[in-house]
Amino acid sequence: MELVKTAAAGTLESSDVMVTLGPGNAGIEIELTSTVEKQFGKQIRKVVEETVCKANVKNVRIQLNDRGALDCTIRARVEAALYRAAGSTDYKWGE
Amino acid sequence: MKNILGVDLPERIEGVGPLRPYDGKRFGGTPFEAGLKAPVKETRKLLDSLEEAIRLSGLKDGMTISFHHHFRNGDYIVNMVVDKLAEMGFRDLAIAASSLSDCHAPLIGHIRNGVIRRIETSGMRGELANAVSNGLMDTPAVFRSHGGRAWAIANGSLKIDVAFLGVPSSDPAGNANGFSREGDNSTACGSLGYAMVDAHYAQKTILLTNNVVSYPNTPCQIPQTDVDYVVRVDEIGNPKGIASGATRFTTNPKELMIAEKTAAVMEASGYLKDGFSFQTGTGGASLAVTRFLRDKMLEEGITANFALGGITGAIVKLHEEGLIKKLLDVQDFDLDAVRSAQENPFHTVVSAHHYAGPGLEGSAVDSVDMVVLSALEIDTDFNVNVLTGSDGVIRGAIGGHPDTAAGSSLTIITAPLIRGRIPTILDRVNTVVTPGVSVDVLVTEAGVAVNPARRDLIGRLAAAGIETTPIEVLKERAEAVVGKPEPVEYGDKVVGVVTYRDGTVIDLIRNVK
Amino acid sequence: MALVRERLRRTMMFVPGNNPGLMRDAHIFGADSLMFDLEDSVKATEKDAARFLVYHALTTIDYGGVEKVVRVNPLSSGHGRADIEAMVKAGADVIRLPKSETAEDVVEADRLIGEFEEKYGLQKGSVGMMAAIESGLGIINAYEIASASPRLIGMAIGAEDYVADLKTTRSPEGFELSFARGMIINAARAAGIAALDTVYSDVNNEEGFKNEVRLIKQLGFDGKSVINPRQIRPVIEIYTPSEKEINHALGVIGAIREANEKGLGVIAYNGKMVDKPVVDRAERILMLAKAAGIPLAGTDGGGKE
Repeated sequence: MELVKTAAAGTLESSDVMVTLGPGNAGIEIELTSTVEKQFGKQIRKVVEETVCKANVKNVRIQLNDRGALDCTIRARVEAALYRAAGSTDYKWGE
Repeated sequence: MKNILGVDLPERIEGVGPLRPYDGKRFGGTPFEAGLKAPVKETRKLLDSLEEAIRLSGLKDGMTISFHHHFRNGDYIVNMVVDKLAEMGFRDLAIAASSLSDCHAPLIGHIRNGVIRRIETSGMRGELANAVSNGLMDTPAVFRSHGGRAWAIANGSLKIDVAFLGVPSSDPAGNANGFSREGDNSTACGSLGYAMVDAHYAQKTILLTNNVVSYPNTPCQIPQTDVDYVVRVDEIGNPKGIASGATRFTTNPKELMIAEKTAAVMEASGYLKDGFSFQTGTGGASLAVTRFLRDKMLEEGITANFALGGITGAIVKLHEEGLIKKLLDVQDFDLDAVRSAQENPFHTVVSAHHYAGPGLEGSAVDSVDMVVLSALEIDTDFNVNVLTGSDGVIRGAIGGHPDTAAGSSLTIITAPLIRGRIPTILDRVNTVVTPGVSVDVLVTEAGVAVNPARRDLIGRLAAAGIETTPIEVLKERAEAVVGKPEPVEYGDKVVGVVTYRDGTVIDLIRNVK
Repeated sequence: MALVRERLRRTMMFVPGNNPGLMRDAHIFGADSLMFDLEDSVKATEKDAARFLVYHALTTIDYGGVEKVVRVNPLSSGHGRADIEAMVKAGADVIRLPKSETAEDVVEADRLIGEFEEKYGLQKGSVGMMAAIESGLGIINAYEIASASPRLIGMAIGAEDYVADLKTTRSPEGFELSFARGMIINAARAAGIAALDTVYSDVNNEEGFKNEVRLIKQLGFDGKSVINPRQIRPVIEIYTPSEKEINHALGVIGAIREANEKGLGVIAYNGKMVDKPVVDRAERILMLAKAAGIPLAGTDGGGKE
């Protein structure tokens, strides 16, 4: 998938995460702010990287403002933002 | 020798000791000899200057001063007094407060500039707590439970040199109450249970009040015999922070679920019978427990002999309906509770010592059947943390948690299985405040876990059709949803010493990285 | 996974599809079914985000034995097809079609579900469907809709849109819904599927809510859509059979067992003939009692010690 613009998904509500991402040039660059950084920072980064790799995106800059979102929510928000940034609706479920 | 009235006296009588002859003065032996004409008039005890009271008290650098937390987050006294002490040039003081709150953030400056060297408290919150957790103080803070503090003061292991106690009313002689029967009653806090201990045992007691009332301000919670000075001040606290309005019944479905299960556990435990006693807290679930208990009491036609602890409007309602005969009140949380403390004859204000002291003389918590408490964290050994957050930072207070848990026949902890993304059940809590040996049941929205040591309870709950789940299974269930949090990374500096009721050390808090 | 047609559906709780905070715990409050909503509770600009969110929730969170229903957007909206594909793949038990007006609406969705079952290797016919009727035309076509697909497990009335279509508003007594409710329940029964009543939006009016639940239970509805966990308990209480009903049902089942053991052809209980409607009713009463946690002596439910 190729990113063509900056896009966002998610909210700043509790248990959600606001994801803003766009094309990059240095691999997967993650900037994370989280209410549970100390307890789940590593896990959140891991989930973000997995999700980006699965979407076959190589270079991306991602900002996350996390309010204690579960892994499944983080995946959903990152995917939504990736598709929006790629301008694509060619969803690949479960791949 | 002769006294002034000509009576012949020997120097000494065997068995009585040396004799001192009467010298003719009307008020011999009192420090107010010159000014104290009669107790009904304004006396030298009553001062308009805090500075003068401090000077008269004999406070010196390095001494210990004390405060109460009945004004909660509306308190003006701590900051007012410490600002004054700083201005007067005092240094190296120790603060022994019954608790500290968000509003006490200005203490950070006084710690940095050397006015305050040590803190003893039940807990702290907000910026102050954050700074202490990050290593602000050279000497660690000492945390005590309400009962543990009272007992330490009573047995002399915590010596208070000067107590500064804000009171909503006092007469010129120092008879004081947590409300006012005349004049402005907007800063009423109800019970002065924590302050009563300080007033009684401190070397010098200074009351600060915005409301000097006529003598005698009786019945009183603090008697004039415990008071050295009364200082008139403009304000003692913010009414909005002192007592909340009527607490609304929770509509949070998860809290309601926990409350309903808790009431069912209480019923099945065998302790819910005519003449029982209990304590419930102030959280949404706890208040709801009280309402579900009410339904069960009405259904079964039983009443409680007493309820105790921090009193809420929910408890007062049951008292006024005749469902709870007596209230033992160390602190009030809302306006209904404050009103009841002032009005109801069997709503009795008790000191923290009487409420929860751990000494052999016993205290009210020893006689309570069931207590419902909250937890920030609980571990698979049922140890409970109510003092530090999941990030290791101080953010709560011990309160009467270990006191009531130890005293009660049945100790129930209520907590959501997960808060945000943070699981409540851990292998080991960040800070042990209440040991698992005094905790019997955990109630969460996802299930009930019973301490394996209470086999009798497991049987009784099963007989009543209440399913129980091993606490380890509940822990795994939460981790399946949120994942396993990484352990908090601490530094090497001890920032807090957590004592158990008897003053022994139960845990240490280290600085956070 | 196979299509479960018959099951208790006393409460179907509405879960907004773009709110992660409400998704984690939705199943703990005792609802028989959860209805994740991609339609009216989701803004037009967030349809894709909600779809991802519900997809990952369904594939990650263990909702236990609760029936997972997803309300998708209408096919005409441009989102419906993607919704159906994602939710079939995510393992939804039931796809709920909003605003069904004709049998063709159902047939088209049925065909799409089948297409995605095949694409993702699911057993054919394993994903169920529900049709929500929200207009006069839909009510008039109720039976055609109810019998348009073997996937249909139930139909529901969506009252808010329906009363607007009728150019009226909802009243506490619900007179304006009497025809629609009658049509729905009859169409559902004629087609052999469940009938579910509409939401009651005033969460704080417990008495009004209970009155409505009593009414729809008496009309024959299987259950009610709920919008708040607090509405679940009253529905279960109202749907829980009385002791007298339970005892009668136990007697009927006992009489059948006895007759079978003795090889009797005609079964009687309390002097009355036990025919199929009586047996069906007895079985449903015992199922409701069991679901409400009432211990049933002499059945698998086990007795109180």
